[in-house]
Amino acid sequence: MSFKVNKKGFYGDFGGAFIPEMLYPNIEELKQNYLKIIKDKVFQKEYHALLKEYAGRPTPLYYAKNLSELYHTNIYLKREDLLHTGAHKMNNTIGQILVAKRLGKKRIIAETGAGQHGVATATVCALMGMQCVVYMGETDIQRQAPNVARMKMLGSEVISVNSGSKTLKDATNEAIRDWISNPEDTYYIIGSVVGPHPYPDMVARLQSVISKEIKTQLMQKRMASSPDYVIACVGGGSNAAGAFYHFLENEKVKLIAVEAAGKGNDSGHSAATSVLGKIGIIHGSMTLLMQSEDGQITEPYSISAGLDYPGIGPLHAHLKATKRAEFVSVTDDEAMQWGLKLARMEGIIPAIESAHAFAVLDRQKFKPTDVVVINLSGRGDKDLNTYIHYFNL
Amino acid sequence: MNRITSKLQSKDKILSIYITAGYPKLADTVSVIQSLEKYGVDMIEIGLPYSDPLADGKTIQNSSTQALHNGMTTEVLFEQLQNIRKQVSIPLIIMGYFNPILQYGVEAFCQKCNEIGIDGLIIPDLPVELYEKQYKTLFKKYNLFNILLITPQTSEARIRAIDRISEGFIYAVSTASVTGKSLEFGENEMNYFQRIKNLKLRNPFLVGFGIHSAKTFEQATFYSKGAIIGSAFIKFITENNSARIKQFVASLKSN
Ligand SMILES: Cc1ncc(COP(=O)(O)O)c(C=O)c1O
Repeated sequence: MSFKVNKKGFYGDFGGAFIPEMLYPNIEELKQNYLKIIKDKVFQKEYHALLKEYAGRPTPLYYAKNLSELYHTNIYLKREDLLHTGAHKMNNTIGQILVAKRLGKKRIIAETGAGQHGVATATVCALMGMQCVVYMGETDIQRQAPNVARMKMLGSEVISVNSGSKTLKDATNEAIRDWISNPEDTYYIIGSVVGPHPYPDMVARLQSVISKEIKTQLMQKRMASSPDYVIACVGGGSNAAGAFYHFLENEKVKLIAVEAAGKGNDSGHSAATSVLGKIGIIHGSMTLLMQSEDGQITEPYSISAGLDYPGIGPLHAHLKATKRAEFVSVTDDEAMQWGLKLARMEGIIPAIESAHAFAVLDRQKFKPTDVVVINLSGRGDKDLNTYIHYFNL
Repeated sequence: MNRITSKLQSKDKILSIYITAGYPKLADTVSVIQSLEKYGVDMIEIGLPYSDPLADGKTIQNSSTQALHNGMTTEVLFEQLQNIRKQVSIPLIIMGYFNPILQYGVEAFCQKCNEIGIDGLIIPDLPVELYEKQYKTLFKKYNLFNILLITPQTSEARIRAIDRISEGFIYAVSTASVTGKSLEFGENEMNYFQRIKNLKLRNPFLVGFGIHSAKTFEQATFYSKGAIIGSAFIKFITENNSARIKQFVASLKSN
């Protein structure tokens, strides 16, 4: 079975580019050029040099001894939290800013939920001397205030979005509207494996460095090139796509995608798209999304801004439909408890997004010989306020 | 013959108005359509409201949100329009985003439109290529024109390709923008309208986006077959009583 995008931009039934005509020239330009650009030797050299020298790759694959003992198995954490700016998002923004430069674009726009993608975009724009505008929902501006300040400090303009639930979906709508209004000089750096083709494929390729390193590191540490499990949280799905990428065709590796169940999947306050969603169109992609009978997109909920999105990328919809990945949903409370537990047990404060992935350890029985890799997608600095209020710290 | 074709053959400077179905009040859809016809509007785009209208600015977003809040759904719209052909005779087009249509079932949707007497559809996020491959025969079967968009950035080759599969008219978006900006047309826009006219396409074209006054209507229709007014009308009925629709239409024609 193939998990690569086909020529038409689909993964099985999912994907494509359902965009208004206004976006056609930009999407077509990107579609015609992205592979050529990304595969180019000079691009690869520049991209990997920046990942290494500027962003700090490779990130460690850390053997979590205390957790491993507690769960009687072998737990490795892929430390994307140690990457410059504090999350996996940099892998993507470094790549896309280089694409944007090669396309001759001058102005960068982005959407952000948790603010990590916004910060990662603002960072590369500062580095490359490009103008940067980030759209962010008002709710997220409040709950991720430190990241808003970082973006401003990096010289980016942050535009507050007030429509809908004032979160990631609405910020994405507004970024798309900006692109419609600025078709000549602007490049849209999408922050996840969502949006019209070729974005999901491009972002997955740029994030695939995560699983590439996991392979090499496991070989060094265990003389094995693949783990038994890879576990990652899914908002749009970019850190999961990156962590799964080089294992997709190896069916011996079990892939577990963790979605945010908010207050519970039956509560009406959840963001677990693979459970609550149906096939439809969101942000230019045919995929699973949360919607009414009537095809109106419904408002998701999660305590974690980065997972608070009513869709998932088309690759993940395909992984769900083909059962290649198992989908698990984890509540606010479980994730918050895991934030605290990881801090106490391993001395690592995770982003609330990443904390969701750890709850799988309580759901699933692992063998003492299993190798379990959890993608620790980001650090929890941005979430300190939420942790403080939640635990009365 | 499709009503759009006969209307375009019989008249120049077509005035087409966009309304959001179920706005300002749920039950306003039919009465607003009737008033618009009565006061001389040539064609109407009935907007099926959507939660996430990517090509629309604040005005139409807000009217859509309100209409959904009022209880508008695809089902309700079809019920409201059940007898519309006993009430008005001008061409009627439904404008909607693809997801609600997909969820209703594209064929079921087209069939219902045909039953009611809808003449065409505008689905901004249905890609031209997909329409041609998957839905063109369906639209034909139900005598629906699919109105396709072009923009100032659309290449000549693509405009010609769009022209080949279009019926009725082509919707020329005036500038790179979402709906809702009150524009003043300058040299750039006039040159673009003229460029489209000079292509001598099979289909006439109507200009939309940004038109809000007699002057912009005049400019938009200088080279084109007509113009489409959306946000300016939504703004007007938001701020005024729908009893004043007569004045709104008159204000566009009094130059
Ligand atoms: C730390 C972290 N993890 C995960 C996510 C979710 O995004 P994705 O599913 O694309 O990895 C985000 C998004 O903001 C994030 O900041």
